[in-house]
Amino acid sequence: MKSLLAQHHELSSTAKQMQLLDDVVQAGLIPSFQEKINEIGHYPLRPGAMEIFQLNMGKMCNQTCKHCHVDAGPDRSEIMSRETMELCLQALAETNIPIVDITGGAPELNSDFRWFVEECRKLGKKVMDRCNLTIILANKKYYDLPQFFAENQVEIVSSLPFYNADRTDRQRGVGVFDTSVKALKMLNEVGYGKENSELILNLVYNPTGAFLSSGQQVLEAQFKKVLLEEHGIEFNNLYAITNMPISRFLEYLVRSGNYESYLEKLVTAFNPSAIAGVMCRNTISIGWDGYIYDCDFNQMLDLKISNSTHQPMHIREFNLDYLNKRDIIISQHCFGCTAGAGSSCGGEVIKTSVEALMPV
Amino acid sequence: MKTYYNPDDLKKFGNISEFDKPLADKFFSWYGDVFAEGALTAREKSLIALAVSHAVQCPYCIDAYSEDTLAKGCTEEQMMEAVHVAAAIRGGASLVHATQMMNKAKELSM
Ligand code: SF4
Ligand code: SF4
Repeated sequence: MKSLLAQHHELSSTAKQMQLLDDVVQAGLIPSFQEKINEIGHYPLRPGAMEIFQLNMGKMCNQTCKHCHVDAGPDRSEIMSRETMELCLQALAETNIPIVDITGGAPELNSDFRWFVEECRKLGKKVMDRCNLTIILANKKYYDLPQFFAENQVEIVSSLPFYNADRTDRQRGVGVFDTSVKALKMLNEVGYGKENSELILNLVYNPTGAFLSSGQQVLEAQFKKVLLEEHGIEFNNLYAITNMPISRFLEYLVRSGNYESYLEKLVTAFNPSAIAGVMCRNTISIGWDGYIYDCDFNQMLDLKISNSTHQPMHIREFNLDYLNKRDIIISQHCFGCTAGAGSSCGGEVIKTSVEALMPV
Repeated sequence: MKTYYNPDDLKKFGNISEFDKPLADKFFSWYGDVFAEGALTAREKSLIALAVSHAVQCPYCIDAYSEDTLAKGCTEEQMMEAVHVAAAIRGGASLVHATQMMNKAKELSM
């Protein structure tokens, strides 16, 4: 499978994606997100204490998952330069933001990845890596990644859409489940996910289609039981998150005729108390080219934070005081973060389907 | 095309309170409690609901609980097994009445 960009698909255009997200509001199918949070006194959405410095090492990936909000894949060449990483380190050194969250694409494909992790550790930061698991076995040079992660106490967050091969492979590609299982075993072998170990291995569950997840705790118990009994694998927590209606998942929704009903579902499951925990409130997101965003999703929609002269803000002009006072840029995709507790990690869809049918 | 069942009506389920709010409120409150985590997990209840929705052949419930079982992490295999349980009970319930037919036939026969 090719990325939308390589297919020259019209939805590789962020303007087209934004237009689709606005069309449903114009058609009166859903309220605008702004209207919805205004009703409960949260507009404009403002940041809280900044805790996570997330950076996207590039769109290059060894996989081409169907739901990818980055439109990443082997055919994408955008990659963060060492110079931009140095600017990130400078910004990190000047602040007391405790956590560095590294994502991609497959961040490990960036040849400066290990150097950057070590530099972050020297600054005393906790490092999280969004590892797609299969990268560990993609090439001999990555086989020792588990040891590297362990030595640097990197917290691993890995997407595993389901506890069986069928559903995982349908979302992430043929053979991904089996390879992910092997990689998880390698991580377990160096101590990840084990009881009493400080090496944390969390899994991320995404629904494999146009439905939301329900019952994170029960899902975690199922994942733990099946992965342990059938594969001898242990892990710490399962985060059930919502697929965002952008990029490749948006393309799937439109192609499968599920687009409008999915957005309605997100709006119906709108959980006002999730607003406080949306990740843009404690995270800042840096693009591969150094531009600054409210979150990874805004990054993929090219919604850049503006500086004081109304130009896109770059990491070289990082200014925490200014960022703390900003208004967060929102649009209809934000309903994905507020259905249950969505994409803020640890999120759980609170409403049952029956409650969701009832008038709010 | 006019049909008796309209998928969009599922979303209007809550509107039944329009004609009798007190009873509807009682129903929804009871319904919510029935499906809450209890001695049975919400997931087990959802699979039972999926099976029953096939037994009563309610298209709205089939849609709602196909989605709900997926959302609760059930596999397609588990969902289909639940439907077979419903079908086996329905089939068995017909067949077990054959004993009455057999009794009657024997009673009436020389
Ligand atoms: S979802 Fe993750 S692993 Fe899959 S293509 Fe996107 S970046 Fe790569
Ligand atoms: S998509 Fe989510 S994290 Fe990003 S701005 Fe919207 S609510 Fe915040």
